[in-house]
Amino acid sequence: MTRTLILTTALGLVASPVLADVNLLSWGGAYGNSHLEAYAKPFEAETGIKVNMADADNPATPIKAMVEAGNVTADVASVEYADAVRLCDEGLVEMIDVSMLEPAPDGTPAEEDFIDGAITDCFVGTDVYSMVLAYDDTRFTDAKPAGPADFFDLEKFPGKRTMRKGAKFNLELALMADGVPADQVYEVLETAEGVDQAFAKLDEIKDSVIWWEAGAQPPQLLADGEVSMAYAFNGRIFNAAHGEGKPFKIIWDGQIYEMEGWVMPKGAPNLEEAKKFVAFSTASKQQARAAEFISYGPPRRSAAALVGNIEGTDQPMGPNLPTTEANMTNALGSNLDFWVDRDAELNERFNSWLAG
Amino acid sequence: MANALDPHAAIVTTASGETDGTLTTADGKPLSRALARSQRRAKRRAFLLVLPLLAFILITFVVPIGQMLQRSFYNDGFSANMPQISQWFAENPRGTDPDEAAWTALANDLQVSAEARTIGVVGTRINYDVPGTRSLFTSTGRKVRRGIEPPYDQALLEMDEDWGSSTLWAAMRDASTPYTGNFYLASLDRTRADDGSIQQVEERQRVYVMLFMRTFWLSLLITGLTFLLGFPVAHLLATLPMRKSNLLMILVLLPFWTSLLVRTTSWMVLLQQQGVINDILVWLGVIGGSGRLQMIYNQTGTIIAMTHILLPFMILPLYSVMRTINPSYVRAARSLGATSWTAFRRIYFPQTLPGLGAGALLVFILAVGYYITPALVGGSSGQLISNMIAMHMTDTLNWSMAAALAALLLASVLILYWLYDRMVGIDNLKLG
Repeated sequence: MTRTLILTTALGLVASPVLADVNLLSWGGAYGNSHLEAYAKPFEAETGIKVNMADADNPATPIKAMVEAGNVTADVASVEYADAVRLCDEGLVEMIDVSMLEPAPDGTPAEEDFIDGAITDCFVGTDVYSMVLAYDDTRFTDAKPAGPADFFDLEKFPGKRTMRKGAKFNLELALMADGVPADQVYEVLETAEGVDQAFAKLDEIKDSVIWWEAGAQPPQLLADGEVSMAYAFNGRIFNAAHGEGKPFKIIWDGQIYEMEGWVMPKGAPNLEEAKKFVAFSTASKQQARAAEFISYGPPRRSAAALVGNIEGTDQPMGPNLPTTEANMTNALGSNLDFWVDRDAELNERFNSWLAG
Repeated sequence: MANALDPHAAIVTTASGETDGTLTTADGKPLSRALARSQRRAKRRAFLLVLPLLAFILITFVVPIGQMLQRSFYNDGFSANMPQISQWFAENPRGTDPDEAAWTALANDLQVSAEARTIGVVGTRINYDVPGTRSLFTSTGRKVRRGIEPPYDQALLEMDEDWGSSTLWAAMRDASTPYTGNFYLASLDRTRADDGSIQQVEERQRVYVMLFMRTFWLSLLITGLTFLLGFPVAHLLATLPMRKSNLLMILVLLPFWTSLLVRTTSWMVLLQQQGVINDILVWLGVIGGSGRLQMIYNQTGTIIAMTHILLPFMILPLYSVMRTINPSYVRAARSLGATSWTAFRRIYFPQTLPGLGAGALLVFILAVGYYITPALVGGSSGQLISNMIAMHMTDTLNWSMAAALAALLLASVLILYWLYDRMVGIDNLKLG
């Protein structure tokens, strides 16, 4: 019975599995393209194992469906960290053996080379993206906004704001704007008073916020002049600024970074090939290569130095990555345990606050 | 001539004058039975014809939806993986303080479940009722895997003092049977207190009832608006000469065939503060540059965009009904002295009701489940209940909650449909 339900949901994103291929479930778009160019193609060239790419809106959803139905067609999937925690908790993905991962070029073992939290029981990080503040440079001629507090300062920096419609990221940003240091944000947010404090801060700009739902909206809203500042994913702002030449500037102060990475669904049909693919694609060289296609930073320390120019240009990608040293001075790592625990509760409160 | 295979043979036989009380066919069988048999055969054949469709609907529609809805009241995440403590809950009535047996059962279950890596499923289930407890289970699981010694109550409380929380124990009791009404309670902004009684959640957490109300109110409003806008258009289409009406029809159908996303985005371009309409108004001097109207990313935006998108669903059924209305009725009414208003009200309008009913029902039901448009243009005040269902489907992965919300939505639509049938009659529906 469950089988049928899931079959119908999973249908359409399944490439027919041929023996000894790796079936990769990714996100499509520019991000999926970086997987194709930096991981899938070189992997095929080196090992002769074919990689079948399929796209999903959020690969975590079909994985849950596939594994619960006992009809798994994907071998490797790219998921967000929070979803990886959930899938791992629910036993829906295979365990990762750290020893299978490649060491850094200088011989540093993988578990020391990856940044904290990038390898868990069932997950290996492939890239780090972040939520950053961005503004239209032409809107502020004198003083330029420089951090979270300025985002909430409607007098000094007039104009509407756009923020993601949801509790995550916004509560953290509000606390940082209210003067809570990055390393204490989640401590404060654990308490009821902390949540109240965050909502009180959000109240200050509530009437001036346009809430976005799809990642493509904030650069569009900035470009249309609807808003003067945006709180958005760094990759989207980067694409608009570099790809389309928009006068957008990113404020790295107060960035909240998060990871995406591989999981292998429980019962993956080609597990051995999948492991090879995971090991190959998380090697420093491949991680650095992927970062040239999209402005998401490699989670391996040894990869940072290997990142070259933005693909197709002669400008270095380094300064545009969230993981670059200079951009990390006041950065907050998103606390996934906190969000998996409190997601529903805080989003209900957020929606109630939004409507009120 | 009559023969045995011909059902009409009966008539011939009767005519030939055999009158022993029952009518029989030419070969002497009772007519009623022969008729029944031939009808049965025809029915069977007709059934075989619809069988593929029936199977298709069952497999791709009824079964999956039933499956999904089942999740709203059935979740064995806790009970299946924590058998011993579930047993203890079954044996001891609510209000019993956890005794040694309970702690032992809990510790054993945690140990087994941690080894089997199902502890996350258990924690997730309890987390639905008591936010923040998932990590309690997973972190305890990690510690338990390293070993746990009796006395278990002390050992567990040492690992995390939250194990003593009465709210947690109440939630575990609720989850100890796979059947639960808690997801429905949560969908109605209700929750169970520690003693099992039902109460409203804190005011700042209440969101679903309000969203249900808003969804129905907005859907009604949009249905009304599509009627007001669509009725004259449909009338025009139905009364104009064919050539002109076909041209107009294309204007109705063209947007209907355009992608939903394209139409939604076009409304953004038109309505936003730096958008076309505001620009024109500023240029005309109607409003100042600083007083630009906020027409999108709020309820207004949702109403405008959804009304436009759903308009064809009102126009088309109305049009198809209006085409069949004989104009001589209205002419007759006018010739008998009715004013044009009276003729319209008493003669024309009642005849359009089947189309109106179909259009209204279509628009309303579509509007109730609308998702992408309110998500994109709804801002904070234009969110509908479907946006919360989507959140639980894709973000929190709490499919039980999504199913409960969807079930309530489905149930209320069915009730409305039933009311409609009672008041108007579903036979009076005409889709084309």
